Amino acid sequence: MDLILFLVFAGLAVVAAINVVVQRHPISSAVSLIAVMGSLAVLYLLLGAEFIAAAQVIVYAGAIMVLFVFVIMLLNAGGETKAGRSFVASLLGVPVLFALLAMLAYSTARIYPRDPEVHFGGFRGGTAEAVGRALFTTYLLPFEITSILILIAIVGAIVLARKELE
Amino acid sequence: MDSFIVISLIKIFVVFGALMTILAYLQWVERKLIAHIQVRPGPYRVGPHGLLQPVADVIKLITKEDLVPPYVNKTLYLAAPFLAITLALLSIAVIPFGPKIQVAGYQTWMQLTDLNFGVLFILGVSSMGVYGIVLAGWSSNNKYALLGGLRSSAQMISYELPLSLAIAAPLLVSNTLSLRKLVDTQDGWLWNWNLFHGFQYVSFIVFVIAAFAETNRVPFDLPEAENELVAGFHTEYSSMKFASFFMAEYANMITVSCMAVLLFLGGWVAPWPAAYGSGYVPVAIFGVAGVITIWRGLNPRRSRDRFTFPPFGVVFLIAAAVFLVPLLQSALLPLFWFCAKTGAILFLFIWIRGTLPRFRYDQLMGFAWKVLFPVAMLNLLATGLVIAMSS
Repeated sequence: MDLILFLVFAGLAVVAAINVVVQRHPISSAVSLIAVMGSLAVLYLLLGAEFIAAAQVIVYAGAIMVLFVFVIMLLNAGGETKAGRSFVASLLGVPVLFALLAMLAYSTARIYPRDPEVHFGGFRGGTAEAVGRALFTTYLLPFEITSILILIAIVGAIVLARKELE
Repeated sequence: MDSFIVISLIKIFVVFGALMTILAYLQWVERKLIAHIQVRPGPYRVGPHGLLQPVADVIKLITKEDLVPPYVNKTLYLAAPFLAITLALLSIAVIPFGPKIQVAGYQTWMQLTDLNFGVLFILGVSSMGVYGIVLAGWSSNNKYALLGGLRSSAQMISYELPLSLAIAAPLLVSNTLSLRKLVDTQDGWLWNWNLFHGFQYVSFIVFVIAAFAETNRVPFDLPEAENELVAGFHTEYSSMKFASFFMAEYANMITVSCMAVLLFLGGWVAPWPAAYGSGYVPVAIFGVAGVITIWRGLNPRRSRDRFTFPPFGVVFLIAAAVFLVPLLQSALLPLFWFCAKTGAILFLFIWIRGTLPRFRYDQLMGFAWKVLFPVAMLNLLATGLVIAMSS
């Protein structure tokens, strides 16, 4: 059951991710991206990381992608036209892509040993409690720095918007 | 394992059927209530007091011609209502209506499924719910629909923040994300409810206001403001596709009311313990109602009261008697309290629709960011401080 769900949603994530690039209209790409985010959330859930799965849906699929769609709708962006492709890219693209994927898989297998936590439902640090504890003890400094970074980004956005008004 | 699947299927059918009936009749209740607020009778023609109006509406919507305008983006246009209704019905799956009950030897919870992050699940599903509206607005290729979709997405993003912050405060008090445990911590007396815990009524007020905006209800129904936007995001939809947006709105209303009840009003627990006789409240209510209607039927003011009142009186008395059966009490009493509380919140929704005018759009956004958000933030900080100090 876990394996079937994994295959379905991993496949959906890959197909939707390809669809993001293939689609000509920004809205279709954005909708595909939402599907990618949603399938990733299911994969997290299969691992046992329930809080991260919920956060993935709420933050990425819910909040950020709504903003994407919102901006696309507000700008009323039309369909894109495909640029002329170079002969070399279409000839070498697919083999190089597979070579890169193989390198990625090989190095991941080499660097990261088999982890008992990486199987269906095996991840123990995914509850809200565990994530909260990790954020406020082990990763307190990065967490706080990130929040300041986001604050700076917000202030920057407001400054930029103000300049345009004047 | 097999019995689990069978029980789950039965529960799904029961909950789905009940929800669909309630959806249809909630609309009747709303029309009737608003009509009475405005001193007019409301639906009166189909059935006694318009009671068959929802059935007539359903037949009308199903048999209507299903138009797909030629200028729409077809895929998304067809997907949008499906998305809206699916996501709206999905969140009911984790809402518990009562405690563990025993049916024919099987123990089961009055809930479809329990997630230990149930609150987060509902937040996630409701944050996805906006896509149905946004994509409907965009794919219709109509400026009024687009404006409705834009307004709605801006409004929902803005009000989701105070909503989440208002939910976080009672979760801090109860110290759990599971909806079942949330109710367990509010058991006992009325003052154990999160609403009366310290200053949590602030979270409750923020939650209710944000919930009105999230469900696009008056006074926040700018996405479908008919005097400026025709019908907003569902302008181009007809027949069942229109109905699914309509049902989604009402399903969201019910979900949000259930959330308010679970988070703040103690879920299915009675206001005071059963040892002090809270189990006899429904008996008393139905009994008194039955006696009054029968007495009115025997001393009729209008001649037709002699025939219409006694049947209702008998029904009320039977309901009162059912609540006295010890075998059924364990299931019916929690359900009674849950429905009573949810009904009260739903009444509030309708009452406000009949009372308040609509916001202006800039006021709406200003109110979310300049009033509601800071209040929710301060409330959460203060709640956290109080809990940190007291533990």
